[in-house]
Amino acid sequence: MSGAPVTSGASAMSGASAMSGASAMSGASAMSGASAMSGEPVMSGAQVVGGAPGRARAGRGASIAGRVALTVPMLAMLLYCLLPLVWLLVNATKSNAGLLESPGLWFADDFALFDNVREVFAYQDGVYGRWFLNTLLYAVLGAGGATAIAAMGGYALAVYDFPGGRVLFAVVLGAITVPTTALAVPTFLLFTKLGLVNTPWAVLIPALASPFGLYLMRVYAADAVPVSMLEAARLDGAGELRIFLGIALRLLRPGLVTVLLFTLVATWNNYFLPLIVLSEPEWYPLTVGLNQWNSQLGSAAGGQAVYNLVITGSLVAIVPLVAAFLLLQRHWRSGLSAGAVKQ
Amino acid sequence: MADTPVVAPRARPPTFRRRPPTPRKRPPRPAARYHRAAWAFSAPFCAVFAIAIVAPLAYATYLSLFQDRLVGGTVFVGLDNYLTAFGDRLLHVGLLRVALFLAVQVPIMLGLALLAALALDSGRLRFAGVYRIGIFAPYAVPAVVAALMWGYLYGDEFGLAGGAALSGPWILTSIGNIVTWEWTGYNMLILYAALRVVPGELYEAAEIDGAGEIRKAVSIKLPALRPALLLAAIFSIIGSFQLFNEPNVLAVLAPAEIATSYTPNMYAYNLAFNGQQYNYAAAVAVVLGGVTIVVAYAVQLTAARRERRS
Repeated sequence: MSGAPVTSGASAMSGASAMSGASAMSGASAMSGASAMSGEPVMSGAQVVGGAPGRARAGRGASIAGRVALTVPMLAMLLYCLLPLVWLLVNATKSNAGLLESPGLWFADDFALFDNVREVFAYQDGVYGRWFLNTLLYAVLGAGGATAIAAMGGYALAVYDFPGGRVLFAVVLGAITVPTTALAVPTFLLFTKLGLVNTPWAVLIPALASPFGLYLMRVYAADAVPVSMLEAARLDGAGELRIFLGIALRLLRPGLVTVLLFTLVATWNNYFLPLIVLSEPEWYPLTVGLNQWNSQLGSAAGGQAVYNLVITGSLVAIVPLVAAFLLLQRHWRSGLSAGAVKQ
Repeated sequence: MADTPVVAPRARPPTFRRRPPTPRKRPPRPAARYHRAAWAFSAPFCAVFAIAIVAPLAYATYLSLFQDRLVGGTVFVGLDNYLTAFGDRLLHVGLLRVALFLAVQVPIMLGLALLAALALDSGRLRFAGVYRIGIFAPYAVPAVVAALMWGYLYGDEFGLAGGAALSGPWILTSIGNIVTWEWTGYNMLILYAALRVVPGELYEAAEIDGAGEIRKAVSIKLPALRPALLLAAIFSIIGSFQLFNEPNVLAVLAPAEIATSYTPNMYAYNLAFNGQQYNYAAAVAVVLGGVTIVVAYAVQLTAARRERRS
């Protein structure tokens, strides 16, 4: 299930909109409120009889039992979600011999993480480094470009009432549901015709189009950029471009970070499209390259067993995104709420 | 660009004031004067949208109407490729497989996401932030890496499952597990975000009426979540029909179980890429897109009808 959320992933949340139509979205600006993010229940408290917060009212015994009933399944789910990542982390510290000899979830005698990392970047003349840079290129240019393009378009749809704007928005809403995987084969066919296959453009151009990003930016801009402020800036003689760059972009920042993160995930994790449009390993992103190493293990001709390289390479490949998500948590959480709520 | 100031601030105002108000001749709505700026801002999006989304779909549709023949080269064949596709057993089996997949996997995944979102929102979970970020973490992992990791975990060499997970009867379940792992946290966050904006007064009123947490979850939270759930369901359905990455990666570990036509997307890919049957691959891609749209639309329609009835 690759594409969905932002593209895939992302796309997942957006969609809602596709059905409800523009009118419905305007209302729920409530999302922005701090309450949505902080995790604290939204409660005014004023009406609660006796002033006691309602949630604390249940009997103490019931509350402990309830807490256990909540915590145990949640803990199980957390373990389920973290187990493969822990496995990856542990096994990235093992040499090939260690992998076969030691238990799956515990360390081997030798600690080979740094050797593994060094070997990953040295194997096959350092092709992994090349893949890493390619991924970085696709992610930075693709996600950055997609975000910029979506921001401009979303802003235009939100603040201008122009002929064609409504039609454009309707078309975009429809396109949100088109998953990137559904486009991969058609894109391959078209780009073959245009001579774009096996160039970075074949990955970059599709990455630039993010209907979901445009949708989210439009919703954001409609709330965040007051028309009165635009009018005031115009009276001061500011041109439209200057208003956008100088005023609007700053107001749109939370939305920008969200769109950037989701398009970043989409491009960083993209597999199907690069797999089909690129045939030279020198242009591969990490996902395609890693799977090629893995397939080489499966084939008899591959010879050399490089499990440790696939495992360590996988770990290195996910570190940047996980770090980005942890560091930018506050930003994307607010943006995510916006996408989810404005339906 | 519409940079020209429409009002010259210093000089004009007096004349404005003297002019009698004419109610019928209103000035155009302010934003309507900036068409050119609006189009300039929208143009880059329109361009990439046309090249990356509209053109491939149009070209694939066009290609699907032709056939490459040994004698006569490329000839227009109308809907022949579609007739072939409708009778193609490999495509049928693939479609049925993803339909089975979505019928089982999507409810499980959304059910887990729903329970987790309700637990986070209950306010009774300690360290809720840890659960939230931990369960969401798999979303940041590429599907390929997820499939590689789980593939090793399933395997008998140094995994935990001893290889049974990659054998015939279990392989689809194993793929479902990977997809569930990847997307549960994401869906949880979507549902959680929707819960956060339920007005507090609703809970207060319910508490005054003596409702407990479970009662509140059933009568307030679930109805409030319906749009977000429907959305998540539709995107999950679309994702299921497009299944490609996970089986494609696992195919390396279980080549006997995962054929080149295992899912419709894998079939289209292998037709185009390994079989050079571009025209037929285009038709398969179009059929897959059509089936996906029909199913997603049917789900949405059913939900809307049920909503109306209740």
